[in-house]
Amino acid sequence: MNIGVCAKISPHADARIKIKSDGSGVDTKGEKLVVGDYDEYAVEEAIRTKEAHKGAVTAFTVGATSDEKLVRSGALALGVDKAVLISDDAAVNAGPLGTAKLLAAAIKEAGCEIVFTGKAATDDGNSQVSAMIAELLGWAQVSQVTKFAIEGTSFTATRAMDAGVLQIVSGSLPVVITCEDGLNDPRYPKLPDIMKAKRKPLSKIGAGDLGLADVAATSSESNFAPPPPRPASRIIEGDAASAAQELVRLLREEAKVI
Amino acid sequence: MSGILVFAEQSGGTFKATAAELLGTATDLAAALGTTVSAAVLGDAPAADLGGFGASKVYQASGDFNDYNTGAITDALAAIIREAKPDVVLAPASYAGRDAIPRIAARFDTAMASDCTGLRADGGKLVARRPMYAGRAYADVTIDSSPAIFAVRPNTFPRAESNGSTAEVVAVSWEASTPTVTVVETLAPDSTGIDLGSAGRVVAGGRSLKSKESFDSVIRPLGAAIAAGVGASRAATDAGYAPHNEQVGQTGQTVNPSLYIACGISGAIQHLAGMRTSKVIVAINKDPDAPIFQHATYGIVADLFDVVPELTAAFEALD
Repeated sequence: MNIGVCAKISPHADARIKIKSDGSGVDTKGEKLVVGDYDEYAVEEAIRTKEAHKGAVTAFTVGATSDEKLVRSGALALGVDKAVLISDDAAVNAGPLGTAKLLAAAIKEAGCEIVFTGKAATDDGNSQVSAMIAELLGWAQVSQVTKFAIEGTSFTATRAMDAGVLQIVSGSLPVVITCEDGLNDPRYPKLPDIMKAKRKPLSKIGAGDLGLADVAATSSESNFAPPPPRPASRIIEGDAASAAQELVRLLREEAKVI
Repeated sequence: MSGILVFAEQSGGTFKATAAELLGTATDLAAALGTTVSAAVLGDAPAADLGGFGASKVYQASGDFNDYNTGAITDALAAIIREAKPDVVLAPASYAGRDAIPRIAARFDTAMASDCTGLRADGGKLVARRPMYAGRAYADVTIDSSPAIFAVRPNTFPRAESNGSTAEVVAVSWEASTPTVTVVETLAPDSTGIDLGSAGRVVAGGRSLKSKESFDSVIRPLGAAIAAGVGASRAATDAGYAPHNEQVGQTGQTVNPSLYIACGISGAIQHLAGMRTSKVIVAINKDPDAPIFQHATYGIVADLFDVVPELTAAFEALD
């Protein structure tokens, strides 16, 4: 089976988020970068699918040329066979739709039958690219998957929807599967595999190599700022019963939310 | 501008709360931008009633939308957009907002802003405000392609009240063209069935609960007392105290309620990412240095096992 996985390199969840003084963006220089939280589930599921059904896994990343190291340690070292890093200037400024165009073109060229992605990136948190890839390829998609199995050319997936509803769906390949927390328990790389991953094939390409001339974003972001400050908190004193009574009174009379 | 189209999501023939929220804000924005509001309805629902919330026209695609179907939503809504030709589409940041709506953006070769927590009219354009980096930064987003699509986090805007008027309903025909999947089984949630993402009140428990039994006997009754959705920290879901689909945080659900009660939750970045926009935050934790207190509106420094049952009883005693 020809399996694809999309993995975005983004700041670690504990990284400090420094907003540039002119508000034009976020400076993550010097912060720890990793494969995004949800993308880790996607990498793991792609490898498990290969282990169960044979074949090969290709990782696709749109990002900086320096992402190579993280793609090697966060995907190739875990069992992904090869990687495509789309990393020219066009790629950096692509926005979600442009990123999806680049990934869809690379996935098509690689001939994948199934693509795993994370439910959302941990930096911009858009949850757009996966569905856009499915649309651009004309494939089905299942979002926020917590359980997954393939049999032949059919698959069964459980998706986590609104209101805590879980839905089991089935369909035929090709499909884009976006991975939700709880789908699997991602493995850690072993030291020898990290060494071996340095020799696995990784091709660095640009938009032009995929036959895409213009993938520039039609949206723009500005006025970056920290979250709006919250009013100082009020600590309610007293024993448990009186504190509970006082809290209920404040929620009713002051905050008016009960 | 040739108009703002609101995707009024419905379930079983009843519009979700986001429909009134989005129509209310669309009406205000349309007044500022000098344009009109229309609504898109998929399936059987009282479409004309949306006129009371500010829609001057309602586009309705018929068909069976009872089982969620990515392809059908995409194809039908795309047909409505081709008919209505809006400059702006507002959609809820619901499952459909993350699943079908980006697909529509790709189909129309346009950009989309996800999970918006603010919208304003500025210089004749719509500007969205949205959290990034798990809520540790906010940015404005503007879109230069048409239609500009914005998915808005539930509970961001107040629900409009109907003035009782009705709107003209335009039936839109559509054809299924997107590959789809078959629903085998729908599993009702083991919990309250209250949608965490759009819940007006959420109570949540953390690692300090120490067991599923105490989560069930302490946190769930508190939720039931105020008809709140029940959530949990990642530590609590990883430990099996609550199911994964109740996790609130960066790797779980994002909530935006008017009241969030965090019980025995320290307030790690990972958790704050999912709940920091809650309007009123209550923290109950025995550690006075827990970071959650820096974000709380009201705090009680005490053992949750002492306070929460008292709080549940106090809520139950209300009229």
